[in-house]
Amino acid sequence: MGVAIADGAYGGTAKAVPVEAYHEDVVRAFVVAAMFWGIAAFAAGVYIAFQLAFPDLNLGLEWTTFGRLRPLHTSAAIFAFGGSALIGSSLYVVQRTCRAPLFGGREWGWFIFFGYQLFIVMAATGYLLGITQGKEYAEPEWYVDLWLTIVWVVYLVVFVGTIMKRREPHIYVANWFYLAFILTIAVLHIVNNTALPVSLTGTKSYVAWAGVQDAMIQWWYGHNAVGFFLTAGFLGMMYYFIPKAAGRPVYSYRLSIIHFWALIFLYIWAGPHHLHYTALPDWTQTLGMVFSVILWMPSWGGMINGIMTLSGAWDKLRTDPSLRFSVTAVGFYGMSTFEGPVMSVKAVNGLSHYTDWTIGHVHSGALGWVAFICFGMIYYLVPVLWKKQRLYSARLVEWHFWTATVGIVFYITAMWVSGIMQGLMWRAYDEYGFLQYSFVETVQAMHPYYIIRGIGGLLFLTGAILMVINLIRTVRSAPALEPVTQAAAVAAE
Amino acid sequence: MKFSHAIIEKNVILMAVLTLITISIGGLVQIVPLFTVETTIERVDGIRPYSPLELAGRNIYVREGCYLCHSQQIRTFKDEVERYGHYSLAAESMYDHPFQWGSKRTGPDLARVGGKYSNDWHVAHLNNPRALVPESIMPTYAFLNRPLNFDDAAEHLKTLRTLGVPYSEDDIANAAKDLKVQAGALPDEDTTALLARYPKAHLGDFDGKPEQVTEMDALVAYLQMLGTLVDFTKINPEDLKQ
Repeated sequence: MGVAIADGAYGGTAKAVPVEAYHEDVVRAFVVAAMFWGIAAFAAGVYIAFQLAFPDLNLGLEWTTFGRLRPLHTSAAIFAFGGSALIGSSLYVVQRTCRAPLFGGREWGWFIFFGYQLFIVMAATGYLLGITQGKEYAEPEWYVDLWLTIVWVVYLVVFVGTIMKRREPHIYVANWFYLAFILTIAVLHIVNNTALPVSLTGTKSYVAWAGVQDAMIQWWYGHNAVGFFLTAGFLGMMYYFIPKAAGRPVYSYRLSIIHFWALIFLYIWAGPHHLHYTALPDWTQTLGMVFSVILWMPSWGGMINGIMTLSGAWDKLRTDPSLRFSVTAVGFYGMSTFEGPVMSVKAVNGLSHYTDWTIGHVHSGALGWVAFICFGMIYYLVPVLWKKQRLYSARLVEWHFWTATVGIVFYITAMWVSGIMQGLMWRAYDEYGFLQYSFVETVQAMHPYYIIRGIGGLLFLTGAILMVINLIRTVRSAPALEPVTQAAAVAAE
Repeated sequence: MKFSHAIIEKNVILMAVLTLITISIGGLVQIVPLFTVETTIERVDGIRPYSPLELAGRNIYVREGCYLCHSQQIRTFKDEVERYGHYSLAAESMYDHPFQWGSKRTGPDLARVGGKYSNDWHVAHLNNPRALVPESIMPTYAFLNRPLNFDDAAEHLKTLRTLGVPYSEDDIANAAKDLKVQAGALPDEDTTALLARYPKAHLGDFDGKPEQVTEMDALVAYLQMLGTLVDFTKINPEDLKQ
């Protein structure tokens, strides 16, 4: 079977289409935006992490309280940093693997870019001013949601349109994942954000759903924002950039088919594990738990497919900076997709829910998987997009890699300890049968771990700053590609 | 004919349709029955829509992102029931647009905080949490001592009624006045009608500034009613079965 998935693995073969025919300026813009928002998201995260250790950092101002900055941090990380990286990389990958320039051309590409950035700015400024729907990871109010819907539909049309005019018989596997990401996010976004504005000239709206149904819909959305935004989309990235950087085809074509359909079918069921032992009916909780545990299998199928792609090219881990990040990302992916099913088991969740353990789990996914796979993608793409021979400094990448990795380890271990400790303190009884700790004693016990977590975040941020320096230097001063190549490209045009 | 995945791989529309079907199943199975199975929401007395002042307070609670550190959902564990009170019922948040169950307890659960502390305690605590609880890491909310802007209370009630919250014509017509009466800004007004519309509503001038209704008044009025509507001494256990 023509797995070869042609261009995916050995893409330098753009014979029919000269390089210039691809719309790469919009991809470049998304890469720059991703780095910018990444720094913003990490910095906001570090700041609110220290707010929890030192509450005076809330400054007594309404715009700088934890409650308003936390959505700023999560949205900047997920939608601004992750979203820019996803959309940018998908527009790059779909053109290369279809050997076709973007459907709709330059203009539609730029509409997606500026439309999406406008969405981010509208959402972020709203949070600071207290404009929020009050649903986690779906905080933007109705007018921002509507705008995002328009941008997203254009994105879908451009993506599908490009696939339709492809010059390859097969649709490459990375595009399956990107497509599932775009479609499912559209469905989740529309259903979860259905709301009625109080007035068309005001910002306030009321969500259409209430109580237990709203809780279920919210976590159906929330968990699949993880499943389709933070997983399926980034798996698309994995399926292109790892084979590409390793110079090897995807390990198993069969596994990618099973991985894809099993993952998208199972993920959507997992939401209720956010609502164990609540007023959500028991049957729904149990369904959510069972499917969350089953989900472990396709997740690890994907991990195996990603890591085993390196068979025969393991030595590149030492020499290729992009690959080191991507492969470590897949390692973290494997770890957090094992931890997730464990935490979805009711008996474990009874302890972990409402504690920092969840926060640690999310960050092993967000920092270890999402951010690292983005870093791998960006380190690979910047020299390609700016037509440089290589990155400015491989040593700086090494520094970035280790500061970030140590930062993650600080972060997640601190949260494991504080989360499990707090969960145990809440349920502890003394010898007379009374609750042993008052709530505030458990808050006090968190203090050292909040500091360690903040330091971990600071290290991660430092690594990202090193990355930005390296990339700016690469664009400015790394040696350009041989003029021969460019001349050939022009000739082909 | 032998099935080959290549058919799907060569047709993006087919792939999109199959993807949409595949991702729809789980959500439909888990969400639709919650609207159709009647026992999802327990059959208990006492649940009512929020009074205009409480609703204004709830909107402030949402605006400030209180749900990011405080849950409103007591789980069915012995320690939680002892610490916070009876486990939360689905019925207790049936008029909550949006729900505020939360996902993290950086601070304690607030599902039944109503009536546990005095109004004065809440105001002092919001003004400076560490004045009362030195170990607290909560931000200060002294900026809530400013006039409440909820002139369009009736519009809010109407919007919620469209979404299924049973506000009556009477509730909507009296919304602006009810808000002031509850906050003690109209001391000579009779409160019987307000209490008939919104039983167990906390009355009074919460922040000690009778001349104006502040955001502080609204938030404290909301906190003081949380979890107080159901009388658990008069519950038939059968009615709690989901």
